[in-house]
Amino acid sequence: MEILQVKDLKLYYKTLYGMAKAVDGVSFTVRKGETLGIAGESGCGKTTLGLGLVLRKPPMVWCGGQAFIEDTDLMNLDEKSMRKLRYEKISIIPQYAMDALNPTKKIRQIIQDLLKEHKQRYEEKQELLTERLTLINLNKKILDMYPIELSGGMRQRLVMVISTLLNPKLLISDEITSALDVSTQKTVIQTLYQMKKKGFMDSLIFITHDLSLLYQIADRVMIMYAGKVAEIGEIQDIVDNPLHPYTRALIGSLPRIGVRYHETKLKGIHGYPPNLLKIGPACRFKERCPMAFNKCEENPPIFRVNAQEVACWLYEEGERV
Amino acid sequence: MNFSRPKGRDCSEVIFLRKYLLKKILIYVLTFFFAATINWAIPRFMPGNPIHFLIARFATLPESAKVLQSYFTQAFGLDRPLMEQYVNFWRAFFKGDLGISIYLYPQPVLKVILRSLPYTVLLLLPAIIVSFVIGNRFGAFVARKKYLDNIALPIFYTLTAAPYFWFGILLAWLFGVVLKVFPIAGAYSFAMTPSFSWRFVSNYLYHWILPFSSLVLVMLGGWAIGMRNMIIYELEANYSRYMEALGSSQSLIRRYAYRNAILPQVTGLAIQLGTAVAGTLTTEIVFSYPGIGYILMQGILNQDYFLIQGCFLFIIVGVLIANFIVDILYLIIDPRIRKSYTGEI
Ligand SMILES: Nc1ncnc2c1ncn2[C@@H]1O[C@H](COP(=O)(O)OP(=O)(O)OP(=O)(O)O)[C@@H](O)[C@H]1O
Ligand SMILES: [Mg+2]
Repeated sequence: MEILQVKDLKLYYKTLYGMAKAVDGVSFTVRKGETLGIAGESGCGKTTLGLGLVLRKPPMVWCGGQAFIEDTDLMNLDEKSMRKLRYEKISIIPQYAMDALNPTKKIRQIIQDLLKEHKQRYEEKQELLTERLTLINLNKKILDMYPIELSGGMRQRLVMVISTLLNPKLLISDEITSALDVSTQKTVIQTLYQMKKKGFMDSLIFITHDLSLLYQIADRVMIMYAGKVAEIGEIQDIVDNPLHPYTRALIGSLPRIGVRYHETKLKGIHGYPPNLLKIGPACRFKERCPMAFNKCEENPPIFRVNAQEVACWLYEEGERV
Repeated sequence: MNFSRPKGRDCSEVIFLRKYLLKKILIYVLTFFFAATINWAIPRFMPGNPIHFLIARFATLPESAKVLQSYFTQAFGLDRPLMEQYVNFWRAFFKGDLGISIYLYPQPVLKVILRSLPYTVLLLLPAIIVSFVIGNRFGAFVARKKYLDNIALPIFYTLTAAPYFWFGILLAWLFGVVLKVFPIAGAYSFAMTPSFSWRFVSNYLYHWILPFSSLVLVMLGGWAIGMRNMIIYELEANYSRYMEALGSSQSLIRRYAYRNAILPQVTGLAIQLGTAVAGTLTTEIVFSYPGIGYILMQGILNQDYFLIQGCFLFIIVGVLIANFIVDILYLIIDPRIRKSYTGEI
């Protein structure tokens, strides 16, 4: 059963120089109860995809495709229903979680106001809230403080609790670990795992540029490259048997020991991703691909190989999706 | 992990408040002392001799003029060494004695000022409050209406860029001279004497409306522009995005943004106070409105040291008090200031 079905989704940025095709025809699904990891270099469109599912504001524009959550198409929903659906069904922990809270309002006030917008009574959620704060190691006294009185890490954990307070069907967490030190990263991942196990959310989209983190939490992963899907598959399959040359390069560039992996420019891959404003008909990875051949002048469709989906002409014998 | 606060959070806040206030008061007292000193010195280093003006008004024979001159010079203590005059100034100040006006001889300066003070206060305070409230509301409103913004912004800029006196003259000309709907001079008709009768109050308001509107209009533009920019900034802030992503309505998001955007405006209020006072003074002169500005002008024209000094003392005290109030206000509305002083962050 799928909770989210994204079909050929196109999210562009309207810029002075034309349309930046940040997400360009992406299709994938998220199954009930699973954690889908999304990984890829900086600028490949992960945030655009995650945020675009929830909220599209200029300069981001929807340029086609669908995204069904249960039977509702998020891309063609009136603002009023969409507003209700946010937070209740689909929620997000944004990339900037540390300053996602108004610094001049007491935390209790912020939560009260957010709940009221969804016709929920704070009093009814109070017990749940306290319980969840304990889980993330925050005293309930913080409710009477201002966000500025908390450390960055505390604010981040708090936002994790706030975002999931209504038990959304789907939670999108965007780079929640990138601003943290390695040991805190581990705690945050564990907390997120706990939250999911306890049913704070049904399914999870975990966005990161850190593959080794995905290995710890994701069931399946989607590798993105320059606004397109490169490869989708079970995490174990992807790690053991990466198909796309880009995925191989990503896995290959992982250091053997430890989890240090901070560089966004990959060691193993030469060159830079293409300019999203000037995208030709060729495969986007062609310029950097060690295996490129004449077929690559054409953008590859997605082929299914065993349980994996891969957008590369090397797998033309596979079934087209 | 334990995030409980040290005990006696309230207590520490009280101590902090006392410390904060004491520090502020000390700063204000020092400021007053220096300002008063400069204020004492300036007229004394101006060229010209005030006694001449006074004597000229008595229009007597040359010999008696000489006698009068030495009499008045002694009477005002202007023949003493400067240092002594300065000490005498403070001594008298603490007795509430600001000297005798030379121009309105022999009325005491304090009496002259207290007579005109209400006119200035009743003009300035409502003008500041009304322009602040309307300007901010207007700016916030315009910030989210792109079409209106394009029209309103140039108007706001014109308003702030206009000098106070220019706007006063414009309004006086338009409504007083061309349309003849409002009087353009004085605070009430000549035939009236100030009293709390309906007849006087309505007459007063009738005279008050033009200078008041010209002040409000000029001040309004600045608040509106500031607010517009702040709101746009706040609506783009991460916390606004987050609330929107969690399905909050525009009205809640705007309420939050307004709350944050008003903070720098309050700081702006403190900065603008001086300009507002100066604006009121010139406006009074344009409308021959018998407030502090008007008599200050008379004092300057007649080299009336004591009157000038007295007027400035009142202005300084007024601005300092207002600044102090804004400081306190800020402390109440912005938790960040409070917290940063308590050393909790
Ligand atoms: N507001 C914007 N206006 C124009 N272009 C934008 C805007 N935001 C993002 N982009 C472009 O869209 C592309 C995708 O950006 P996005 O933030 O989705 O990347 P990302 O994969 O999340 O990267 P990171 O790992 O650094 O967070 C980038 O190339 C960026 O230049
Ligand atoms: Mg991102």
